[in-house]
Amino acid sequence: MSETSENHVSMRTRLPSFIRRADPAVLTAFGCILLLLFLGSLYSSNFLSPDYLLQQLKVASFLGVVAAGMMVVILLGHIDLSVPWVMTAGAMMACAVAGFGNTGSVAAIPVGILCGVAFGLLNGIGVAYLRIPSMIVTLASNVVAQGLMVVYTGGFSPQDSAPPAVRWLATGAVVPGLPNAILVWLAISAAMVFLLTRTAFGRAVYGIGNSERAAFLSGVATRSVVMIAFVVSGALSAFGGVLLAGYASKAAQAMGDAYLLPSIAAVVLGGTSILGGRGSYLGTVAGVILITLLQSILSVMQMPEAGRQIVYGVVIIAMLLLYGRAPPNR
Amino acid sequence: MSEWRYWLNEQRGTLTGLAIFLVMFVIYVANHPAGFTANVVHTAANKGVLLAFVAMAQALVVITAGIDLSVGMILVLTNCLASWIVVGGAVPTALGVVAVLSTGVLCGAINGILVIYGRLQPIVATIATGAVYFGLALLLRPFPGGSVNEDLADALTGRLFGVIPSSLVALAAVVVLIWLPFRRSVAGRAAYAAGSSESAAFMSGVPIRRGKFAAYLLGGLLAGMGGLFLTFFTYTGEAAYASGSAYTLWSIAAVVLGGVSLYGGRGSAVGAIFGAFAARTTGDMLFAFDVDPLWQPLLQGVVLMIAVSIGSLALLRVRNRLDWFR
Repeated sequence: MSETSENHVSMRTRLPSFIRRADPAVLTAFGCILLLLFLGSLYSSNFLSPDYLLQQLKVASFLGVVAAGMMVVILLGHIDLSVPWVMTAGAMMACAVAGFGNTGSVAAIPVGILCGVAFGLLNGIGVAYLRIPSMIVTLASNVVAQGLMVVYTGGFSPQDSAPPAVRWLATGAVVPGLPNAILVWLAISAAMVFLLTRTAFGRAVYGIGNSERAAFLSGVATRSVVMIAFVVSGALSAFGGVLLAGYASKAAQAMGDAYLLPSIAAVVLGGTSILGGRGSYLGTVAGVILITLLQSILSVMQMPEAGRQIVYGVVIIAMLLLYGRAPPNR
Repeated sequence: MSEWRYWLNEQRGTLTGLAIFLVMFVIYVANHPAGFTANVVHTAANKGVLLAFVAMAQALVVITAGIDLSVGMILVLTNCLASWIVVGGAVPTALGVVAVLSTGVLCGAINGILVIYGRLQPIVATIATGAVYFGLALLLRPFPGGSVNEDLADALTGRLFGVIPSSLVALAAVVVLIWLPFRRSVAGRAAYAAGSSESAAFMSGVPIRRGKFAAYLLGGLLAGMGGLFLTFFTYTGEAAYASGSAYTLWSIAAVVLGGVSLYGGRGSAVGAIFGAFAARTTGDMLFAFDVDPLWQPLLQGVVLMIAVSIGSLALLRVRNRLDWFR
């Protein structure tokens, strides 16, 4: 018995350290990406062309920005259901500000993000200081954001178009051939990895996710950490919305609706525990790419919307059954 | 004497829900141009009953410390199915109703199996099953349409003896025939115990799996009833994503307004019904005050925000700061 376990240990030590330390969930997620690409390439060889892959990464970057914020909140063991309308609010406000001439178009991106910060602050105060379950606070602030936008637009999609700076950020290319949106996603990803693994804030987020009580007793200012996490999530949702508005060159009603569930699914498929305290950012990146590829392949295969939804749900369940199961009760 | 105190403490959430609803409804009726007439009550009841069914379904699952983000999609799926098969004479209609309700039960059972035996987190598992149910609904009804047995629909959405809305009677019948027996059964107590503390319940030999499974199953059944009633109100089936997710979100709001704890183990489906009526009345309130309909979502959101913040007044009673955390 001990011999086999020693054998097992020696097997593991022989592996390169980055594989040994890797989360099995992250590896499975990357494996599934390769599998999807392989299946796609059987269907059409275009799936492996750099153009197609870059295009997918570009589309994924909007979801990636939103999912980065969602991940911080999920690591705390909370959830942010206000993503759809915070995204829309950020996008609409950015486009509205752009209407005010030159200063407006400079201020567009900061104003959009500030909207997200405001809603994030509302969520954070509700969750951290008023101790309301995050699910219901963020739900309520989603309705508030929707209400504000409906009043502002009169129920129609606004006519303002996205300012050039925003459009450049979403569709331009500083490095030829590499869309800016991907660079933005990379920058945010680098910042997230730094934030989560190298700062006291990141430690506190993981600590609170495991046990807020223990983190509090260890002297962490848990309430402000939770509040800041919601602010980060709100800001990133709004920024995702701004980018999306740049991509579509205008903001639209309900443009964020298609991002709530995929962002949660991406975080969870990347191996982050929905109960908080466990998960790596690399996994979230894998989850985002996985979901984008899945959606893209289903639409390239010209599957009708109904079939896409069914396959999408079934794949998420199958992957969760593969590696997302809780330990048994005994 | 002391028994009363325990009863009151147990029912506090439900009574709060009832109080919120009564306050809202009195304000609504007092400002309604027509006043407190059978017509006003009838319309309010018919609007509220749909959300009430979905909220009851949500409450059953929330009591086990789970959450069902697919209730709205079960409603949409059963609505689309009902618009195909609840038609024709008495026998086909009856069979159709049975088939629609069984579909609801089946959806609930799938959720339950994934959560209990698949050991997935309810929040993500039901997001995924919700997508599947919506896909199926879209297969059934790519475009809105269909019809329903209008005699049955009119009977269940009309008025009894010219006064009592029959949808309310149906709702009361569901409470008496499904909720109360469940609450008193071993499975029902196991559902509460599992929500309160799953490991303690497990250690005490409570059949938690059976309890949780029953809760998900009945949740599916109630959402199916909601879908059936939606068909009776609209005479058509429509696979609308927005309406499905709105029902899901408002069911959570209704459950919280009705005093069911999202952490599980506290509250009752009756409270969720009051919560649902309160949420619906908020929406109608603005009509009575003659506010521009554009302001409706905003005011609904603000009222919801205030209503859920009221619960945090309990923080003032906390003596030990560790009680902030659960």
